[in-house]
Amino acid sequence: MAGKVKDEILYDHNHDGIDRRGFLKCMAWAGTGALCVMSGGVLKSYSLSRLPELSAKDAMGELSFVQISDSHMGFNKPANPDVAGTLKAAVDKINALSAAPEFMLHTGDISHLSKPEEFDTVDQILKGAKPQDVFYVPGEHDVLNDDGKQFLERYGKGSKGGGWYSFDKKGAHFIGLVNVMNLKAGGLGTLGHDQLEWLEDDVKHLKHSTPIVVFAHIPLWSVYPEWGWGTEDSAQALAYLKKFGSVTVLNGHIHQVMQKVEGNVTFHTACSTAFPQPQPGKADSPGPMKVPAEQLKSVLGITDVNYVQGQHALAVVDSTLA
Amino acid sequence: MRRSVSIAVLTTTLLFGAGTITGPKNVLASAQQKPETTDVKIDNFSFGPATLTVPVGTTVTWTNRDDIPHTVVSTDGVFKSKVLDTDEKFSFTFSKAGTYPYFCSIHPKMTGKVVVQ
Repeated sequence: MAGKVKDEILYDHNHDGIDRRGFLKCMAWAGTGALCVMSGGVLKSYSLSRLPELSAKDAMGELSFVQISDSHMGFNKPANPDVAGTLKAAVDKINALSAAPEFMLHTGDISHLSKPEEFDTVDQILKGAKPQDVFYVPGEHDVLNDDGKQFLERYGKGSKGGGWYSFDKKGAHFIGLVNVMNLKAGGLGTLGHDQLEWLEDDVKHLKHSTPIVVFAHIPLWSVYPEWGWGTEDSAQALAYLKKFGSVTVLNGHIHQVMQKVEGNVTFHTACSTAFPQPQPGKADSPGPMKVPAEQLKSVLGITDVNYVQGQHALAVVDSTLA
Repeated sequence: MRRSVSIAVLTTTLLFGAGTITGPKNVLASAQQKPETTDVKIDNFSFGPATLTVPVGTTVTWTNRDDIPHTVVSTDGVFKSKVLDTDEKFSFTFSKAGTYPYFCSIHPKMTGKVVVQ
């Protein structure tokens, strides 16, 4: 897809190799990637192929963190019989990054069946990563059978309600949201009244110039509602964030990289570390996609995010495990 | 007044008639040897058949044939399966007539219904 976007360049005002309009429509598929630098709410974008030409200042910030997602520990079907192996490969990738990340975000589906040993295995593998702090939000696979009780016991210390929370790092405000609980028949992901009220209150006191990073499992934008890839009440959450100049929304769930920019908000979904899923509507269902074994690592990946203090800039880089 | 009563009677007969035709047909098609049980398959993130009509007393068994876990949860709280991994099953016996909508609580876009007559 990135290649296709590059082919369609009409205007290249920023000399970044990507046409603005094309980029706004861009869905950077798994196996490709884009670097996004937001400055004062204005997005600059670079295709990954241009990375070597960028200065360290462009590409690295004072705060660097990494997003991983959808480890699905316990999954053992043909799409990936070794999800522990690919999670280890993700850790190797993280440890090899030039700017050492300070912490990790895991955007859910840590486990496949919410089994204690699945969570234990992930914890054990992530201990091998240089960044030791991991901030989690649950995916629907992490809250099976017990309404998330085990998840909260393991990862929800200090969180509110169903596991939502916020924290500050070097001037940026991070908000972890939960949209996988109490799902209704026929519906999409849900944040719910209590969480929305908490969010409104949480951001009320912040300066408009504070960079906001929101992370949650199911996309907070309507990727493909027919497959449940969206969140019913995300518009209300985003309304509370309208006043901020820079909002970055990081999600998982769909096992592929997609990006959308809407005003001050950049939406971004990460690859899975376990198995790919089909492009929206391109298969009978969103089930695991089997690719030839030698191609698997090229459709799995991690997301590296850098924030440049003072410039209100966030750079989002996806890299595959290949 | 008299005319409207006869229309109401006719409508009831038609509805009842339609139900008695589709009910036994589905049961026979899916479980000829054991008419008191019938199956719903979970394939490609959908319940098949999405609408199942059965007589009172029928045991319905759902089988997950996807690579991803699913659940079978009554929208009205009548029944609720544990999470079903690949090839796992859940059964429920319908002892009362009525319409029972249900969904997968992990993938709520997946919905189905059992009509018990």
